[in-house]
Amino acid sequence: MKAWTSIIAAVIEAWQELRIHRTRVLLSLIGVAVAVCSITAVVALSGIAEEANIEQIEANQGQPANVSISVSSTGTIQPTYSELEPAFQMITKRYGIRYASAHGQGQIDAQFVDGAQGLQVTLADPAYAIMHVVSLSHGRWLDEADANRLAPAVVINETVYEELGSPTLASHPVIHLLGSPHTVAVVVGVVRGAAEPGYLAVYMTPGAYERVADPSLQNDSPPVEELWVPPKIAKALTPLVKQDLNQYLDGRYEVDVNRQDYLSQQQGDPLLLVKLVVGGIAVLILLLGALGLFNISMVTVRYRVREIGIRRSFGATATRVFFSVMMESVVATVAAGAIGVIAAILLIENPISQGYIARGITIVPPFPFSAAVIGIVSSTVVGALAGLLPALVAVRVKVIDAIRF
Amino acid sequence: MPLLRLTGVTRVVELPDDAPLHILRGLDIEVSVGDHVSIVGRSGSGKSTLLNILGLLDAPTSGTVEFDGRLASSLSARERDIARGREIGFIFQQFNLLGGRTALENVMAPLMYASGSQFWRRREIALDMLDRVGLADRAGTMPELLSGGEQQRVSIARALVRGPRLILADEPTGALDIETGGAVMALLDSVAETTGAALITITHDANVAALARRHFRLDRGVLTPIDVQRVIALASEGVTL
Repeated sequence: MKAWTSIIAAVIEAWQELRIHRTRVLLSLIGVAVAVCSITAVVALSGIAEEANIEQIEANQGQPANVSISVSSTGTIQPTYSELEPAFQMITKRYGIRYASAHGQGQIDAQFVDGAQGLQVTLADPAYAIMHVVSLSHGRWLDEADANRLAPAVVINETVYEELGSPTLASHPVIHLLGSPHTVAVVVGVVRGAAEPGYLAVYMTPGAYERVADPSLQNDSPPVEELWVPPKIAKALTPLVKQDLNQYLDGRYEVDVNRQDYLSQQQGDPLLLVKLVVGGIAVLILLLGALGLFNISMVTVRYRVREIGIRRSFGATATRVFFSVMMESVVATVAAGAIGVIAAILLIENPISQGYIARGITIVPPFPFSAAVIGIVSSTVVGALAGLLPALVAVRVKVIDAIRF
Repeated sequence: MPLLRLTGVTRVVELPDDAPLHILRGLDIEVSVGDHVSIVGRSGSGKSTLLNILGLLDAPTSGTVEFDGRLASSLSARERDIARGREIGFIFQQFNLLGGRTALENVMAPLMYASGSQFWRRREIALDMLDRVGLADRAGTMPELLSGGEQQRVSIARALVRGPRLILADEPTGALDIETGGAVMALLDSVAETTGAALITITHDANVAALARRHFRLDRGVLTPIDVQRVIALASEGVTL
C-alpha cells in the first residue's frame, strides 16, 4: 500500500513537473517524437516489405513446405501429364496429402477484338490457389468440377480482363483460344493485381491445356507436381516419395523430388541484411533524439537543485527523488512515443502512402503491431536512459547547499 | 523525555589550504514538545549549521543528536528522511516556495511524501491548513502574486501540514518588514502552541527572539543560555544581534 502511494505520488509529481515546464518539455520531446515516429515507420515499412516479399515469393514458389516432383525422360520418350497423373494421385493418397497441384508453364494464342495475342499459360490445379496464395478480384478459382466442362475453364489476369472489356463474370465471358483445335474457354475468375500492359496470363488445368494447346507449342516435359506438406515432415517425406514413384513408374523416367520454397533455399533470414541496415539507421535516429533529451534533462536538473533540496527537507528520500526525476523523463518520452507511433501509423496507413506501398503487392499487409510496440518500448528505454544521469545528479544534491541555492 | 537532545555537538570543516574550521564547539541543548526556543547570533556564528543538524540534514563531527529517544547516527539516510518529513517542519527566510505551483499545491507538496489518509486527503488537509493561516481565499494563487507576508504564511502552512512535532524556523522574518514580521511570528507562535509542536527560531532579530520562552545565544560556535530580560531589553532598543 505504502509502495503504491509512493508510485502514484511520483507519477503525480512527474505530471505536475511536465505541466509546469510544458514549453521546455514540448521542445525537448519533439526530437523524441520524431525519432520514435521514424523508428516505428522504418520498422513498420520493413515489416510490410518483408510481408510483401514473402507474399511475392510464396506466389512464385508456393507456401512452405512445397515439395516439387519433376518427372523427365531418360531417353527420347517424354512422359505426358495424363500418364503421370495416376502416379501423383497414388502419392497424395498414400501420404494423406491434402493440397497437391500441377505447376507448369505453357503458351497459347487467343483472339481478341484487336487481333490475336499470345497468352502465358500457368498450368494449375484447384489446390494451386491456396498453395501459391492466389487472390482473386472477381469470380472464383478453378475447381474439381471444371474437369468435366467441355469448354475449359480459365482464370485470367487483370490485363486479359481489361482486354476483354472488363465484363461481369455472371455473363460467362469467353476467350477464343487459337489452339489445335480452336476452342472457346470460359472465364471463371480474375486474379487480383495491377494490369501490366503486354503481360496476358491465364491459368488452366494441365488436362485442359493438353486438350486445347497446339502440340507443337507444348513443352517437352510435363508440368511438375507440387505437394504442400508440413515443413517438419518435408525432409523425411522427400526420399520416400521419390522411392515410391520410381517403383510405380518402374524406372522408365527420371524422378526428381525437391523442396522448392524459399525456406529450403535460404540459410537463415533472407531479409537479415535489410533488417540490420534499417535497424541500425533507426537506432541512430533514436540515439540522436535521446541525446537531445539527455542534454535538456541535464540542464533542467541543474536548474532544479533548489527545488530538489526543498523536497528533501519535506522528507523526500533519495530513492524517491531518483524515481521522480526518472519518472518525469519516462512519462514524457512515453507520451512523445505514443504521439510518434500515432504519427507513424498515419504516415503509413494514409491512402497516398498506401498507393506507393501497394505497387506490386496484391494485399497490403496491415501496420505491424510489433512496430508500434518497438516504438513505445524504445521511447520508454530512451526516457529511462535520458533520465538516469539527471536522476543520479538529483540524488547527489546536497540538501543544505541546495536550499541556499 | 526531550524530543531533541544535542550532547557535545561539534562541527568541523576541513579546509584544503588552511586549518580546520570549527563551526560548532561542544553544544548541549534539549528541546521538549511544546517548547519555544530562540537561538540568536550574528552572521557566521554557525546558526545555519546548527539548524541543519537539528533538522537531521547534516551530521555533527562529534557528539550525539537524539531525536525522539533515538540516536540520529543510528538511523539510516532513508529513516532520517522519513523522520524529517513526518516530524520536522522547516520555515526558511526566503520562503522557498515551489515556483509554478499554487499556494495550495505548495502546501500539498509535503503530503505527497505521506502515506495513507494523509496522502489521499491531501487537498482537504492543505486547504484546512491554508484556512488556519488565513489564506483559504488565495489557495489558487501563484507564489509570485502573493506578498512577502502571505508567502511566509504559505510556507508556515506547508511546514505544519503534516503535523510535525518540531518546527525549525530559520530567520522567518528576515525578508519581511517589521509589522508583517510581527504578524507572521504571532501566527507561527499561535499555530505551534495549538498543535503542541516544539518551535526553534533561529534569528538575529531580538524582537523575534523575545517571543520565545527559552533563549540561547550562539557565538563563535558556542551556545549559551541568555536571560529573557536581556533579550527583551535588547528588543526594546531595537537591537539586531
